[in-house]
Amino acid sequence: MKHRVYRIAVQIVPRAGLLDPQGNTVTGALHSLGFKHVQAVHVGRHIIIETEAPDALEAEASVQAMCEKLLANPVTEDFEITSAVPA
Amino acid sequence: MKFGIVTFPGSNCDYDAYRAVVDQLGAQAAYLWHKADDLDGVDVVILPGGFSYGDYLRAGAIARFSPIMRQVGEHARRGGPVLAICNGFQIACEAGLLPGALVRNAGMRFVSDVVHLRVESQSTMFTSEYAVGSVLRIPIAHGEGRYVADSSTLARLEDDGHIAFRYCDASGAITDDSNPNGSMRGIAGILNDEGNVLGMMPHPERAVDPILGQPDGLLLFESLLARMAV
Repeated sequence: MKHRVYRIAVQIVPRAGLLDPQGNTVTGALHSLGFKHVQAVHVGRHIIIETEAPDALEAEASVQAMCEKLLANPVTEDFEITSAVPA
Repeated sequence: MKFGIVTFPGSNCDYDAYRAVVDQLGAQAAYLWHKADDLDGVDVVILPGGFSYGDYLRAGAIARFSPIMRQVGEHARRGGPVLAICNGFQIACEAGLLPGALVRNAGMRFVSDVVHLRVESQSTMFTSEYAVGSVLRIPIAHGEGRYVADSSTLARLEDDGHIAFRYCDASGAITDDSNPNGSMRGIAGILNDEGNVLGMMPHPERAVDPILGQPDGLLLFESLLARMAV
């Protein structure tokens, strides 16, 4: 089967419940700007991967493995993979 | 007795570690390039401080896949001592040689200071020359030094006597104010289950020469020397 290039975004955020000083600092800054209704901010990383695969499902499975092995730390971070779209 | 000091791209405390071992301890040392695939017959491996791979992605996340880390892992599994300092501690956690992780300091700032550490365990190959409860003055310099682990890991470290050092005040009390980075339970250094891998954020290799203040880090190196001479 012919492979094509897929584009997949990964969101990595600090594990819920773990102190997130960056998120807390941004929350404080938003409050001081008048956005008093902000309850919480979580600051993480957004990674876009372009990868070759036979289909979208395989592309997503391979990005899942990348997250487990390198992109996210299983002790401190959670990650979410968005659906693969043709690049 | 020979120490091997791994140099990653971005390591910047490898030279300090070398001078501590050779000039102050009087032992042999060799640099090990991160792309090397053998350890050159060294007895002790030091993973030094610095900013390997620019701390890209997460501190230590990429260095752990350097070719030499496979050999370092095998050395550790054979019971060989590994001293992982600062960025070395981050790399050792990422590599699974030590439990837990090091994340951004609670205060969000890079902290460069001299802090007090309390020796929590004397029955390790890294701390045998210290007395339990002694208070050391050792430099720190890190932005991502807050030690975190799940509660079962913390309990295991505690029960096994594998917390080597905690941040404390001048009198040895563990307080929130004496914790420079928000580490859980004030942890500054831990050991693996087998007790042959020590990870610590403070820099003992920067506290070995009386010219630069109290040489409180030297006994750590002397503990290793005493153990290896047996």
